Amino acid sequence: MTGEIASDVILSVRDLRTWFQTRRLTAKAVDGVTFDLRRGATLAVVGESGSGKSVTSLSIMGLLSRPGRIAGGKILFRDRQEYIHDLAGFTQKEFRKIRGREIAMIFQEPMTSLNPLFTVGDQIGEMIALHEPVDRHAARKRALALLKQVEIPDAVSRLDDYPHQMSGGMRQRVMIAMALACNPLLLIADEPTTALDVTIQAQILDLLRRLQAELGMSILFITHNLGVVAEIAHDVVVMYGGRVVEQAPVNDLFSHQRHPYTRGLLACTPNAARDIDDDGERRALYSIPGSVPPITDLPLGCAFEPRCDLAIAPCRAAPPALVPAGPHGASRCIRSAEL
Amino acid sequence: MSVAVIPDQAQATPLLSVQGLTKHFPARNGRIVHAVEDVSFDVRRGSTVGLVGESGSGKTTAGRAILRLVEPTAGKALFDGVDLFSLSAREMRTYRQKLQIVFQDPFSSLNPRMRIAAIIGEALDARGFARGKRRADRVAELLALVGLSPDHASRYPHEFSGGQRQRIGIARALAVEPEFIVADEPVSALDVSVQAQVLNLLGELQKRLGLTLLFIAHDLSVVEYLCDEVVVMYLGRVMERGPRRLLYAAPRHPYTKALLATAPVPDPTRRRTRVALHGDIPSPIDPPSGCVFRTRCPEAIAACAGMIPPLDHVGGGHHVACIRHNDKTI
Repeated sequence: MTGEIASDVILSVRDLRTWFQTRRLTAKAVDGVTFDLRRGATLAVVGESGSGKSVTSLSIMGLLSRPGRIAGGKILFRDRQEYIHDLAGFTQKEFRKIRGREIAMIFQEPMTSLNPLFTVGDQIGEMIALHEPVDRHAARKRALALLKQVEIPDAVSRLDDYPHQMSGGMRQRVMIAMALACNPLLLIADEPTTALDVTIQAQILDLLRRLQAELGMSILFITHNLGVVAEIAHDVVVMYGGRVVEQAPVNDLFSHQRHPYTRGLLACTPNAARDIDDDGERRALYSIPGSVPPITDLPLGCAFEPRCDLAIAPCRAAPPALVPAGPHGASRCIRSAEL
Repeated sequence: MSVAVIPDQAQATPLLSVQGLTKHFPARNGRIVHAVEDVSFDVRRGSTVGLVGESGSGKTTAGRAILRLVEPTAGKALFDGVDLFSLSAREMRTYRQKLQIVFQDPFSSLNPRMRIAAIIGEALDARGFARGKRRADRVAELLALVGLSPDHASRYPHEFSGGQRQRIGIARALAVEPEFIVADEPVSALDVSVQAQVLNLLGELQKRLGLTLLFIAHDLSVVEYLCDEVVVMYLGRVMERGPRRLLYAAPRHPYTKALLATAPVPDPTRRRTRVALHGDIPSPIDPPSGCVFRTRCPEAIAACAGMIPPLDHVGGGHHVACIRHNDKTI
């Protein structure tokens, strides 16, 4: 279909706008988001509540619910046959052909995505049967192989477990197994470890990295946690107020932030080596004043301006453009060169 | 009951001494949930002790049992020398002014139908020390103390952001001028950019008001920043405790080591192969025999199943519950 994307890019989101419109107001949850996901790589989309990161992922999967709709832009996706689709114009029928087979998704709380009335074996089997002509026996065999692939101990007996009999970490493994059922090219993971304890989170991140190395799948990883970003991402997009404020390869982003918001986020994460002096005295943490603005009430200029300690008059005049900053990155700040 | 405490002595003895705290909940079929099992630690006056652990470690239950928001099954909690667990309900009510709690979720812990003035005022009424103009003045003073404006008093909780609501929760806890506050994951529901504000506020209030804090959290970097002493819990029991600096620089328990190794740090150059901690936390209904951590411990040996490891002192106030803590190979 439409558009050309670089040969190593599997997903190219261009000027995506997703709006929630009612008679009284329009919430521009995603307002002109652009990024590329390279084949076989992990792109992390980082942001706080209301940044538009989850709405971006739901837009890509065609899972928006009313009154949300894509108001503009393109979501270019390269399928197995190297054919390029614009998902922004897809009907639900078209999405059904792509979801699962080409793009799969895992969510924060696996319990809400699993049916409590069926065993996990049945649910994975159903997922396989939906996309491939297999009988019950073959589906069960594949389900078992998948549970082993996601390192569920004693997989044979867990096949007949119901979701409530499993821990949060195990349920997330089941979700990953279901996502892998049809060997998708792209996995969208929306805060997949946020509800998990750190030792379990580490297991799931390890698993995702291993599966990516084995299967070559590309991962779009949505998170609010910069520590997790540092662990898993190759490239990073930072969102604030429905827009991309900074993007860069992961090492560049953590070594040199070119947007005051990214810099502030890193500075306000406690770090004892930096924030406690040799006498054991705590220094006050750097903090970003105020709070994330509601998406329906964004400032006219830069969305971060009211909280920014570098703000000057021109910041209030108009939203800044995303301009190249650093060797391979971009920043939506008119003062990025000073950072 | 009340005990007169000589000031000099108060400096020497901890403000709170938790001894052998145990909390069991009944489960189905006559079984027992061992939520908190034989937990002991001290909190010095004016200090902050961090209670860390994963979900199911019993840290929240321990915090609530100390305040008797859930009734403890066994143990003692000596507050200024008085055992809170031996007090009658009526005696405990007067002690509640000295011991307050700040909850994790600033959305469910404030009544949505009450104005802020009433939410904070209610806490004042409980003590019955401020009415009329003085009550309004005190509410304004408390709001200012937590960095809010006095005219916020006439608003409802839904008009505030998560960070502001947590400030209101803190103002309510401070209303009765407590000496001791249990802060149960007070920043984990907040956006990262707002967490620092609330942590700074807690640190500042502690200094100004001489508060003593029990800070319950799962985020190790927050605990390292804020706490003087740290207690690491797993499946209801204390695995390790000690001064922050010792515990973070030289953890002695395999569980603490694993926790520290798996916590993600915002530095991609330190991406690493982690200490693999396999499996999940077992059920507190049927905890493993001996050391409760042994089923996930990379260093476990047969003897670990045989005995509950004592919490040994290893120097400098650092305690470890592991029979292999002297083994140089681990």
